[in-house]
Amino acid sequence: MDKKFRVHIEFDQCKACGRCIIACPRKILALGKKLNRQSYPAAYQAKDGCIGCGACFYQCPEPGAVTVYEIVEA
Amino acid sequence: MKEMVKFGKSPVFFDKFTRRPGPIQDNMHYCPGCGHGILHKLIAEAVAERGIQDKTIILAPVGCAVFAYYYFNCGGISVSHGRAPAVGTGVSRSTPDSCVISYQGDGDLGAIGFNEFLQAANRGENMTVFFVNNTNYGMTGGQMAPTTLPGQITTTTPYGRDVNTEGYPLKVCEMVDALEKPIYIERVALSTTANIMKARRAVGKALDNLKAHKGFSLVEVLSGCPVNLKKSAEDMNRFIDENMTKYFPLGCFRDRSAEVEEFVPEYAPVHDPEEVKSILFPRKLNIGVSADFRNESDIFRSERRIKIAGFGGQGILSLGIMLATMGKLRNFNVSWLPSYGPEQRGGSANCSVILSREKIASPIIDGECNLLIAMTSTALEKFKGELKPNSVLVYDSSTLERPDVPADIKVLGIDALNIAREIGNVKCANSVILGALSVVLVDSYLQGDDKMDFDRAFEEAIIDSFNNKPEVIKQNLYAFYEGKKAGAKCFKHGISGNIDKKANDDALNEIIKADNFRDSSTDL
Amino acid sequence: MVEYNNRILLKGNEAAVYGALLANCDCFFGYPITPASEIAHTAARLFPKLKRVFVQAESEIGAINMVIGAAAMGKRAMTGSSGLGISLKQEAVSYLAAYELPAVILDITRSGPGLGNIGPEQSDYFQVVKGGGHGGYRCLVFTPDSVQEMCDMTMLAFDLAEKYRMPAYVMADGVIGQMMESLTLPEPLPPREDSPWALNKKDAEGNANMLTTIYLEHDELEEVSRKLHAKYEKVKQTEQRAENYLTGDAEVVLCAYGVAARVARRAVDVLRKKGIKAGLVRPLMVFPFPENALKDTLSHARAIVAVELSAGQMIEDVKLAVECRVPVSLCCRYGGNIPSVAEICAAAENALKGGAR
Repeated sequence: MDKKFRVHIEFDQCKACGRCIIACPRKILALGKKLNRQSYPAAYQAKDGCIGCGACFYQCPEPGAVTVYEIVEA
Repeated sequence: MKEMVKFGKSPVFFDKFTRRPGPIQDNMHYCPGCGHGILHKLIAEAVAERGIQDKTIILAPVGCAVFAYYYFNCGGISVSHGRAPAVGTGVSRSTPDSCVISYQGDGDLGAIGFNEFLQAANRGENMTVFFVNNTNYGMTGGQMAPTTLPGQITTTTPYGRDVNTEGYPLKVCEMVDALEKPIYIERVALSTTANIMKARRAVGKALDNLKAHKGFSLVEVLSGCPVNLKKSAEDMNRFIDENMTKYFPLGCFRDRSAEVEEFVPEYAPVHDPEEVKSILFPRKLNIGVSADFRNESDIFRSERRIKIAGFGGQGILSLGIMLATMGKLRNFNVSWLPSYGPEQRGGSANCSVILSREKIASPIIDGECNLLIAMTSTALEKFKGELKPNSVLVYDSSTLERPDVPADIKVLGIDALNIAREIGNVKCANSVILGALSVVLVDSYLQGDDKMDFDRAFEEAIIDSFNNKPEVIKQNLYAFYEGKKAGAKCFKHGISGNIDKKANDDALNEIIKADNFRDSSTDL
Repeated sequence: MVEYNNRILLKGNEAAVYGALLANCDCFFGYPITPASEIAHTAARLFPKLKRVFVQAESEIGAINMVIGAAAMGKRAMTGSSGLGISLKQEAVSYLAAYELPAVILDITRSGPGLGNIGPEQSDYFQVVKGGGHGGYRCLVFTPDSVQEMCDMTMLAFDLAEKYRMPAYVMADGVIGQMMESLTLPEPLPPREDSPWALNKKDAEGNANMLTTIYLEHDELEEVSRKLHAKYEKVKQTEQRAENYLTGDAEVVLCAYGVAARVARRAVDVLRKKGIKAGLVRPLMVFPFPENALKDTLSHARAIVAVELSAGQMIEDVKLAVECRVPVSLCCRYGGNIPSVAEICAAAENALKGGAR
């Protein structure tokens, strides 16, 4: 059975540098339109299809902005 | 439905960055896209995986990473510009089980602190250095770094770095690779995900070495500074991979991790007072006198100020130390003040010795000399004016004419160098002089038991000074007694002391054999 | 049972290292310089014997930063140098003060400016006593005048540095460093724990300790500095130390430290023999400066003479101490020279006549 993953980007912690977006092999991340409290248009997971590779996590310079979750069926 | 964190914030980071002033306590202070944050995450992850958080001390440099202690819940110290490897040396030497991470930028490490860095690498200090190379000074506003690329425009190279005047980028890994002690040297880049994964392995390897206290590791990290270099994320990666790597090729320069054994730090400084004493304090010898002993002769009722002068290598300073030691062993307060410095390496040498029953005020002779021992004509001329009325002048008659001094000064010529040469050791000329002088002292200046005690005091002083060098003791004692013989002849006074050679040798052996040796506290 | 002899003949430089070891100093980091080199020689010989740390650093800068590292781990650490080497250390001394880390720095002073020479001078007074490095900070400054005090004051320097969490200098001229005297070795201090600020220990909240000196918010830095200055004020109130010699009725008071005080003491004897009521206030520390001891002489003193091996540095503190209520004059030599007893006597007599101001 294929594993399922999702990317969570903490809205107020993203500085919108774009590194995760260009690194994502599935190109599922995008910058949002709304500005966060630091006035950045935070990135978010725009599409399904995360493969849990962690590229976005290691590319992100912020310690807690990106979290990749594995979805475990109960 | 349940979720598990596959990639998330390292527990080595604080939950909230409360050490950071201001309202924003979830983010780092770095600019968007900055390589520092990426490297911080790799380090935090590696520290957590190796379970060394409690032992890890992170040295934050001057530069953008100055606030690293906001984020890592590890021992942290923000140090002065460029000195992190020196501070790290102090940390790891004083606390060898610590894991020292020196985090430095290109100005900090490559410019102002290059010596501290290179010397720590050369000593093979137990630390890992992460060297962040982003080709410019980020914090101060994008000025030229030692690693700025040729032609690269910065705020201090507005026309581009000119290699004719500013030289070429500093190749740090290559330079460290010329040293013997470092065990691991690798250059990585924080650009593509593939390169970041290689960097992750390098960080891990360096921290493996750190955990096992194997020695000095260097990881140079080519890193993005998109704000100062005015580049998008994509352009930044391209700059790193295409422009920077041309001068700074990626790869492992050295990996001796496997050859070096894990080092278990053993740190057991001696602090037990009894043990400390056993090492620092001289052992009580079978010499000296009781604490209330006072010499009875009149000359010791007031301070005695002695000048000894001559040529470096004549034993001038050690003759002074001998007299000072004799004084110490007879409960005098003593001071010995040498001429110091370049004269020690040839040229003139002199010292002042003062013996007193009171606290010694000035240690300088200052025209109040009671006894001058002069071994050269220069010394004689320079210091004879320091003699007080009714004082004593001793000169080496092997080389000097009888000096012209006021009639109240007692003048004694001793053939010291010649006698020492006959004995076969010119270095003993000083003991010859003392032996000869003792004849005069005993006959004219010492009273009562002091007459008998002078020789003993000398013997004890020799033992006290050279206790672990029996041959030196023997030679000096021999020279002393030869000096006495000469003095007895020369000054035509009655013979004082034992100068029978056979008996003398037996006595010397007895003195040397006695349980009288200790570690020398004074290197003569 | 082995018996030890605590009576020993040592150079001042050696005695300071003995004092450090008796006071549980764990680490020595140094760089050779005349006339302080015997400090490094002695430390290199003795620290390893006690399984403690000796490192010959790459420079004075390296040495003092290594001291920071060891002090940050809660250990007692020291370095030693002279004049120009101390100049190089100043940046790090400012950091030590800002971190509030204790450390002991031996300065065996020589003549300057520039390379100068290796003769004794006391012209490091300004750079050691008045700060020297950047920012408003102070250091404890001990001024031994004998080999015994080189040992004793180095021990005390460690204790006070730790008590007040500030760097302490033991500042002695080349004569005091180079001369040998008989001294009585004090008993070793009992073992101590690493200090609570050690970076491998936790703070009150259970987080790892950290040390920093950067406070970007102006109010925050002002508050940090205010605490430092309150501490320095307390030191001034409580730690003044001086030795008075025949000052009880003195009409002319000499003020001198280090070898200058030794000569001045002899000058006092000579002056007294001539019927002149002379006395000596010898600062045992020059930060804090013994203002009270000098003020106490004002009920009978008509003149004060600062005797120093510098062209008028300590005299500024003497004048401030007595608020210029009596004339303060200067008797000094420098360049490696030391004022003679006769020169000091003449200066004192002249001062009494009102000849010098």
